[in-house]
Amino acid sequence: MLITIKYFGQIAEVTQKDEEQIETSKGSILELLSTLNAKYSDLKHKEFQIAQNQELVGLEAKLTGAEIALLPPFSGG
Amino acid sequence: MTHKKPKNVFQQGAITSEFIGNSIYKHQTKTSIGAHNIFLGQVRADEIDGKTVSAIEYTAYEDMANQKFHEIRESAFEKFDLTCMHIYHSLGTVKAGEICLFVFVSSPQRKVVFEALEFIVEAIKADVPVFGKEIFEDESHQWKINN
Repeated sequence: MLITIKYFGQIAEVTQKDEEQIETSKGSILELLSTLNAKYSDLKHKEFQIAQNQELVGLEAKLTGAEIALLPPFSGG
Repeated sequence: MTHKKPKNVFQQGAITSEFIGNSIYKHQTKTSIGAHNIFLGQVRADEIDGKTVSAIEYTAYEDMANQKFHEIRESAFEKFDLTCMHIYHSLGTVKAGEICLFVFVSSPQRKVVFEALEFIVEAIKADVPVFGKEIFEDESHQWKINN
């Protein structure tokens, strides 16, 4: 399935893009993350949380096909 | 509990004192209110390694952020006896000294607004995916982290 992945803040600086679509088999967030770590080697040095369908999820969560976002530490306000 | 669609909390650029003043003025017709409390977040000209922050450039995961603002709003209404509340947050560039966050709570009683405002501001800082890039005077930058 085709998943949209969004990148923000310093994560978007690593990926050099704000958004992309990746073809992946149904798996977990962890599996998607290892694909992304292989693609962007500096990603493993960065701190971030992952949202699926706009909710924070853990690494064991299953990919549903909904939008994924890599969110660096929040700094609103 | 209301189930309204999340509002857009974001404004492009700094939140002006005219906007804030006008917002206060609009509450004169709501005469059950006995107390307002306002939080204004201002961009600080921090000095880091000899360089001074001249502005913060804000970006956000806007859909999720508006959803989170909505959830904070709902839980604040559930926890506290509020007449109304308003939240505005900047996107884009806000210079040092300008306002980037405006939270406005109103209630019949004063004690409620002190507690409610702190709850709301702390929840915004912790839960809303907004990202601040601190721009220095020499145009280099670093990413801000809330503590």
